[in-house]
Amino acid sequence: MEIPKAGKVFLTEAGALSRFTGWFFHEAFRPRYEWREFIRQCFMIGFKSLPLVALTGFIMGLVLTMQLRPTLVDYGVEARIPAMVALSIVREIGPVITALIFAGKIGSGIGAELGSMRVTEQIDAMEVSGTNPYKYLVVTRVAAATVMLPLLVIMSDAISLYGGYLGVNISAITSFDLYITQVFDTLHFSDLLPAFIKTFFFGFAVGLVGCYKGYNSSKGTEGVGRSANSAVVLSSLAVFIIDLLAVQITDILGIN
Amino acid sequence: MVQTAENNNPVITITNLCKAFGKNRVLDNFSITLDQKENVVVLGRSGSGKSVLIKCIIGLLAPDSGSINVLGEEILTMDHDTLDKMRVRIGFLFQSNALYDSMTVRQNLEFPMRRHWIEISQKEAEDRVKEVLENVGLAHTIDMMPSELSGGMQKRIALARTLILKPDIILYDEPTAGLDPVTGKEISNLIKQVRETYNTSSIIISHDMKCVKATADRIGVLINGQCYAQGSYADLAASNDKNVNQFFE
Ligand SMILES: Nc1ncnc2c1ncn2[C@@H]1O[C@H](COP(=O)(O)OP(=O)(O)OP(=O)(O)O)[C@@H](O)[C@H]1O
Ligand SMILES: [Mg+2]
Repeated sequence: MEIPKAGKVFLTEAGALSRFTGWFFHEAFRPRYEWREFIRQCFMIGFKSLPLVALTGFIMGLVLTMQLRPTLVDYGVEARIPAMVALSIVREIGPVITALIFAGKIGSGIGAELGSMRVTEQIDAMEVSGTNPYKYLVVTRVAAATVMLPLLVIMSDAISLYGGYLGVNISAITSFDLYITQVFDTLHFSDLLPAFIKTFFFGFAVGLVGCYKGYNSSKGTEGVGRSANSAVVLSSLAVFIIDLLAVQITDILGIN
Repeated sequence: MVQTAENNNPVITITNLCKAFGKNRVLDNFSITLDQKENVVVLGRSGSGKSVLIKCIIGLLAPDSGSINVLGEEILTMDHDTLDKMRVRIGFLFQSNALYDSMTVRQNLEFPMRRHWIEISQKEAEDRVKEVLENVGLAHTIDMMPSELSGGMQKRIALARTLILKPDIILYDEPTAGLDPVTGKEISNLIKQVRETYNTSSIIISHDMKCVKATADRIGVLINGQCYAQGSYADLAASNDKNVNQFFE
């Protein structure tokens, strides 16, 4: 059977990405560990994304509440606003939006950084300086992204809920205590856990795709731009695919 | 143990090296030697495989067949740890400098020392950084970022970074490419000076004839993947062969 050209490209790319992932697990658990670089990357990847994630989280909560209100008022279930907002933010919107912002900022950043290091032979220079560049550059970044995204999502969720509180308050004064009580009455452990677990996969995917695109960047400055760009596209897509898989899995396991 | 080459022993012997990328046969039975304290220039057109050749020497690319003997040891069959030890003795000046642009000049210079686990005190490391920077004439740039330096200065910092491990052999990949003639001349002089100060043997890749004339003890011309001709600058400049002659016009 003849495979069409686009299909061939897709399969080659998928194969290369799987090998790259396999290589990650091969290198990640063998000494020597690059702790210093890992900590530095956690700072660069996590801490530096804080303001952006906080701002988008806040706006998300506020806007969501304001948009939901008219419909819920129509149905006469105004009192359920906090519950609705809490569920949608914690289960879906918080993790996915934060992951997408993260893909835009960190995925492209890593893609461009490693891409330009590849093109200007910095990766080769590391190799001849007694450093395993895959360990030093890729493993640390992927691990840092995997660890930091869940933390960012937790923070973003909290800020979103606060934004939601302000949104509720715009048209009807509600006490913060009441709002929070309603929020936590609605949220169960089975809402939190799957949402929390999937964020690790989001972070891993964003870090890995960014590194993959950068590390295999083609020669020339144009190659760097292309790496950064396709890192964002591919990692955003990966976030949605993982999200789709996650919802299926939780469904099958019955923790819904 | 790595044995030190005696005076007339070649420090690098390359025999019948072949390397192809798919159907593109870049190196095809290439052979050359480098003697102690000698500067050999490999001359060739753009895309003829000069960078590929020296990347094979330092083990960044794996050739398809042939042999590369460096300081008495075979590179191609070496395990990774031995290769890392060997790389301490071989400096490599990259065509694009390859300075780490997220690090200051000082950190750039410390990187190879730190990563190769060179056992020296903090003080000694500091002194070494200062020493190599002075040798390339850029002591004042120690806390600058590479992006703040001009192309010629970056080239010198890159050279300083290769010198910091006090290598026995230095491989220069187009050291004067992209520089103006005056800066190019300075770099050529620096290459000669480095040989005297650090007692190095070098392979210099170039097609800048001024640099070639200034630095070469011997020239090998790389054409069609082979060492097409060898000789001193004067020999080759006087050659009647059109393929060789074209470089000297
Ligand atoms: N990693 C690679 N994969 C495939 N082909 C390569 C690779 N590296 C080099 N080549 C090919 O090998 C040939 C020689 O490349 P090389 O970089 O050695 O040229 P060069 O002589 O250094 O040229 P220049 O003077 O422009 O630097 C080119 O045709 C190039 O396309
Ligand atoms: Mg080259």
